[in-house]
Amino acid sequence: MDALPLAITFDFLTSVNFWTSVGVLAATYALVALGLQLNVGFTGIVNFGAAGFMAVGAYTMAILTIDTDISFWFSLPLSILVTMAFGLIVGLPSLRLRTDYLAIATIAFAEIIRLIAQNARELTGGNQGLFCSDDQSKCFDDSWLNVSDTIQGWLHSLGWSDPEILFPLLLVAWALVLIVTFALLFVQRSPWGRVLRAVREDEDAARALGKNAVAYKLQSLVISAAIAAIAGWILALNLATVHPIDFEPLVTFFAYGVLVLGGLASYWGVLVGSVVFWTLLEATRFIDIFEDQSDQTALRLAIVGLVLILLMAFRPQGIFGKREEMVLGD
Amino acid sequence: MEAGTLAANGERSLADRVRDTARRRPALVAVAILASIVLAMIVAKGLHDVAQTGLTGLSLGAIYALGAVGLTLVYGILKLVNFAQGDFLTFGAYMAYIVNVTWGMPLVLGIFFAMLMTALLGVFFEKVMWGPMRARGAGLLQLLLMSIGLAFLIRAVIQYVWSTELRFLDVNVIETVEVFGLRIGRTELIVLIVGIVVIAGIGLMLRFTLLGKRMRALSDNLELAETSGIDTSRVILYTWLFAGALAGLAGVMAAATTELRPEFGFELLLPIFAAVILGGIGDAFGALVGGLVLGLIIEWSTLFIEARWKVTIGFVALIVVLIVRPQGIFGRAKAT
Repeated sequence: MDALPLAITFDFLTSVNFWTSVGVLAATYALVALGLQLNVGFTGIVNFGAAGFMAVGAYTMAILTIDTDISFWFSLPLSILVTMAFGLIVGLPSLRLRTDYLAIATIAFAEIIRLIAQNARELTGGNQGLFCSDDQSKCFDDSWLNVSDTIQGWLHSLGWSDPEILFPLLLVAWALVLIVTFALLFVQRSPWGRVLRAVREDEDAARALGKNAVAYKLQSLVISAAIAAIAGWILALNLATVHPIDFEPLVTFFAYGVLVLGGLASYWGVLVGSVVFWTLLEATRFIDIFEDQSDQTALRLAIVGLVLILLMAFRPQGIFGKREEMVLGD
Repeated sequence: MEAGTLAANGERSLADRVRDTARRRPALVAVAILASIVLAMIVAKGLHDVAQTGLTGLSLGAIYALGAVGLTLVYGILKLVNFAQGDFLTFGAYMAYIVNVTWGMPLVLGIFFAMLMTALLGVFFEKVMWGPMRARGAGLLQLLLMSIGLAFLIRAVIQYVWSTELRFLDVNVIETVEVFGLRIGRTELIVLIVGIVVIAGIGLMLRFTLLGKRMRALSDNLELAETSGIDTSRVILYTWLFAGALAGLAGVMAAATTELRPEFGFELLLPIFAAVILGGIGDAFGALVGGLVLGLIIEWSTLFIEARWKVTIGFVALIVVLIVRPQGIFGRAKAT
C-alpha cells in the first residue's frame, strides 16, 4: 500500500489522448448547451428534453444509413428535419404550460423517446444498440471513417506520426460548435432575437405588441432540437454505436451543468463552461484511490451535484452570465 | 322557426348543464370516465383479468402515492419542485437495508429507522440549503437545478458506500395470498394496505388538526400565514419531517417489492410527479388517488399491449394530464 492515499499524478494533463477525449465530449455538450442557452437563457423556456432530441437525431441518422439506401451524408440533413418535427410535437402541446410543468413534460417526452428506442427492437435494435446491418455489410459510420482516415492522412503529412484516433472527430465537432455559435450570435442580434428576449422578459408585453409569443417559443425550441440532433451525431460517432443508455435524462442534466457553469445569456460562456466541466469530469479517471468503476461514476455524480448546488447558491449567473439577464430568479 | 330556436336553446342548455357539472365536479367526471373504461375492459377482457391486473396496479400505485405525498406537501407549501425526492426514497431503502440485512433485525424496525433517518435528512437540507435559499429569494428554476444537484449528491454517496450491486431486503417474496380468487404477493398486499392507511391518516391530519390547517395556510400564502401569527419555520420543519418520513417509507416499500439499486429512486421520480400532478399539487388525498389511478393505468395497459411498454404508458399518461388538466383531477383552475 502507498503511504500516501491520495496518489494522483498530473501527467495526464500533458497527454494528447486526455485532451482529445475531453475535447470531443466538450464539443458534444457545448452543442446541447448552446441549444439550451437559446431556450433557457434567451427565450425563458425550460427545456429538459435535450437528451430525447439527441436520441432522435442519432437514431434517425443511423437507421437511415443502415436500413435504407440513403447515404450517410444525406441522412444528416434528414435527421435534423425529423428532430425538428419532434420539436414541434413536443412544443405544440407543452409550451403553454408554466415553467415547472414544462420542465416535467419535456423530461417525460425525452423518456418516452428513450423507451421507444429501447423497446421498438425491430427498428432500433433495442438494448443491443445500433451499429451495423445484420449481415455486417454496412455500418452507420462507414462514410465518416473514410473522411476520418483522410484527415488522419493530412495530419500525418503535417508531421504528426501517430495521430489520435478521435482527433478528426474533435476537429469536425469543434468546427460545428463554432458554426452553430456564430449562427446563434447572428440571429440573436436580428429582430427575431430581440423578440425572443422580449418574450423572456415579459410575455404579455410582447403579446400586446402583436408578437405571437407561443410561435416564437416554438421556433426557439425547434432550433434547439436541431442543434441537439447534431450533438447526437457527434455522440454516436464518438461511441461508434447508438444505444438507449446514452440518452438518459442524466445527459440533459449534465448539459444544464455546462449551461449554468458557463453562465446564462452568454453563448461563448457555454463553450468555456463545457471545456471546464469535462476537464473536471475526465480528470476523475486518473484518481486511483478508487477500487472500481462504479466509484468513479459516483465521484462524477458528486462533482456535477456539487457544481450545480454551489453555483445556484453562490453564483447563479455562472462564470460569464449577466446577472441582469438572469431568468433563474423568476 | 320559433320552435326551432327554442329546441336549439333547450339543447344548448342541456349541453351547457353537462359542461357546467363537469366544471364544478371534476372528480365526478373522472370517476364516470374511469368507470366506463373499466366496464369496457371487463366486457373485452373478462372480469377476472381486469380485477387481477387492477389489484397489481393498486399495489404499484400505493408506492407511487406514498412517494407523491411528501413531494406534493413540499411542492405545495414551499413551492419547491424537489427532484431529489426520488433519491430520498433510495436513501430510505438503504437505511432499512442496514437494519434489516446488515444488522439482521426485523424489517419493521428497518422501516422505522428509514423513516426517522430520511425525515432527519429532509430537515438537514432544509436547514443548510432550502431555508437560506428561500431567505435570499431564490427563483423556481434556481431551486429546481439545486434539487437536481442534491439528487446527484445523494445518489453518489449511496453508490460509493453500497456500489451498484443489486441488493434485496429480507422479505418473503414468494408467498401469495388469495382474495376473492385473485392472487397477490403477501408483501404487495401489505404495501397496498399500509400505503392507503398511512396516506388516509395524513390526509385526515391535514384536514382536521391545527397543524394541518397551518400547513394549508402556508400553502395558500406563506407571507400572509406569517403575518397572521403562524410560526412558519416550525410548520416548514414539520412539513419536511412528514415528507422525509413518507419518502423513507415509500423507499422501503418499493425496495421490498423489487430490489435496491442506487438509481431506483430516481427512476420512480417521474411516475411520482405524475401522481402529484394528477392529484393536484399540495393535495395529500389527491396524491393517493393520483398514485392509485396511475398504477391502475400502467397495469391495465398490459391487458392490451406487451408489458415492456407499460412504463412508457405511465409517461404518456403524465403528458396527457399536463395538457388536458394541469391542475389535477380535483384542483381548481386557479392552481395553474
